Amino acid sequence: MAASSKKVLYGLYNDEEDLKSAVKSARKDHLDIMDVLTPFPVHGLDPILGLSESRLHILGFIYGAIGATFGFGFMSWALASDWPILFGGKPYWPVPSFIPITFEMTVLFAAWGMTITFYTICGMWPGVQAKILDNRITDDKFCIAFDVTDSEERAVSGLQAFFSKTGAAEVNLKTI
Amino acid sequence: MSQPVAPVRHVLIEGNKSYHNITEDLCSPTEKAPSKEWIIAFALSSALLGLYTFAVIWTIWKGIGEWGANRTINWAWDITNFVWWIGIGHAGTLISAILLLFRQRWRTGVNRAAEAMTIFAVMCAGQFPLIHMGRLWLAFFIFPFPNTRGPLWVNFNSPLLWDVFAISTYFSVSLLFWYTGLVPDLATVRDRAVGYRKKMYEIFSFGWTGSAKHWQRWESLSLILAGISTPLVLSVHTIVSFDFATSIIPGWHTTIFPPYFVAGAIFSGFAMVQTLMVITRKVLRLEEYITINHIESMNKVIVLTGTIVGVAYLTELFIAWYSGYIYEQFAFYNRVFGVYWWSYFGMMFCNVVSPQLFWSRKIRRSIWWTFFLSIVVNIGMWFERFVIIATTLARDYLPSSWSYYSPTWVEISLFIGTMGLFFTLFLIFTRVAPVVAIAEVKAILKVAGDQFIGPKATKAHGHAAHSAEKQEKH
Repeated sequence: MAASSKKVLYGLYNDEEDLKSAVKSARKDHLDIMDVLTPFPVHGLDPILGLSESRLHILGFIYGAIGATFGFGFMSWALASDWPILFGGKPYWPVPSFIPITFEMTVLFAAWGMTITFYTICGMWPGVQAKILDNRITDDKFCIAFDVTDSEERAVSGLQAFFSKTGAAEVNLKTI
Repeated sequence: MSQPVAPVRHVLIEGNKSYHNITEDLCSPTEKAPSKEWIIAFALSSALLGLYTFAVIWTIWKGIGEWGANRTINWAWDITNFVWWIGIGHAGTLISAILLLFRQRWRTGVNRAAEAMTIFAVMCAGQFPLIHMGRLWLAFFIFPFPNTRGPLWVNFNSPLLWDVFAISTYFSVSLLFWYTGLVPDLATVRDRAVGYRKKMYEIFSFGWTGSAKHWQRWESLSLILAGISTPLVLSVHTIVSFDFATSIIPGWHTTIFPPYFVAGAIFSGFAMVQTLMVITRKVLRLEEYITINHIESMNKVIVLTGTIVGVAYLTELFIAWYSGYIYEQFAFYNRVFGVYWWSYFGMMFCNVVSPQLFWSRKIRRSIWWTFFLSIVVNIGMWFERFVIIATTLARDYLPSSWSYYSPTWVEISLFIGTMGLFFTLFLIFTRVAPVVAIAEVKAILKVAGDQFIGPKATKAHGHAAHSAEKQEKH
């Protein structure tokens, strides 16, 4: 992510229902929302905001498939090809015995793969400095933020009007 | 977007809370100086942890000959404790994963603490196979790694090796699930903190901001992790039961073991959650978030799984008789009326009879009964594992090698000591992270808060209002 600072105009709402109707009217007015920040996942916000569905689960399937192939493939190679040993008269390639570990490897790869992907695409990692607009966003405020770095005075006052029209409790300007 | 959710039957958040109240109440235990109760509990549990450390060093230094285990009964308290702790660990994933899939909203009050309990219980469980190896420094032999002996690989046919994979996968996946759920709440703590605490929580919250897209991905990740943890949790205890079921010892070689072990694991896990939650909600003053309704819901799970376990015990006896195989019949006769008859009857009483009291609504909703019975169930489940392991081995095919087992002080210290490890970790957890999932509780406030539903409702809002409208139309 670019390290350049942005000027952000943001409004805080007291309730998620106010936030949802504000987002709706912002989309109707074709305002370019930078981000919407909430203290908890607000259900029904994604379609209003026009967010497409996350594709994380598709990746989860792919990681799981890799884990299954790797686990089963490794055991087959080790016991049937690299150093074949007879264990209690079982075949060299005892497929049913491989099922439990294959399953565990599927889950292990899917879980770690998805979690690492999640943090990477969200730009989150230990030591990342969060660009916090307001400390109360993780408490009880619902925020709509607009990037006004290159906006003209008129556009900014238009946004101010939008906030007061939609019932924002507070409007602030902050450089992050 | 309407989601398929179970209708909320009970108030789950009491005290007319606002979002800000929730933040305050749930963050405050991490912000205040520890209470006197906490300090006493911490001193006690770290003393037990010290005892544990001593017993481990003693075992490693002198060898496992210091234990009461002998050539006939070569698995005794160690494996009993291992299975017991692993079983306890199952409730956390059950609450967080399976109840998430079933959209049971009461999970939000207890999932965080139950998941933490899972992780700590699995840590305790993992100790026993490791120290049972005797030569702990060779523990890495259990993993398949390129070595100078060929390379010679581990035996992938062995259920003990499946266990290695199952338990390490279970531990790491539970940890990911728990921590990812914790990140938004750590951000809440961060945004209230000052000074060095702020710095620490900045690191641990990974730069969480609460962006809508991040929440969307977070929910998607939680759901998929729940989806894959559900078969995982069932597989873990299934594989633990394979340790016994794939052997050819009468009394162990039974196909009923996987479902019976899984039910027993959920049963004992919920009992441990009850023991912990009853104390935690009192000490941290969380009665309005972990309500009597939560406790009652968990007691219902206990009576269900306790009954399943009871049916399994009786089925075992029936099948042993029905098999017509004298060794199998003897194994079970010996289990019930043999030298360890007291542990069998202890198990039957604690696991099958005592949870039946929860059919009474009054007992289900009584804190004292819940606490008492949760401890009884935990004792019973420990007996169950002891009954399966020790009594079966004590009387094998050769009467000349029949033996009796009683633990030495080392084994007793190891068992009590793991409680020290468990409670020390849990007590530290209650000081550094919110014990109840803040964001998830806020998300259900409008459908489960007492100002929105129930007899004291003063407002109509959100889903509650919608469902009320729908009901009127029908």
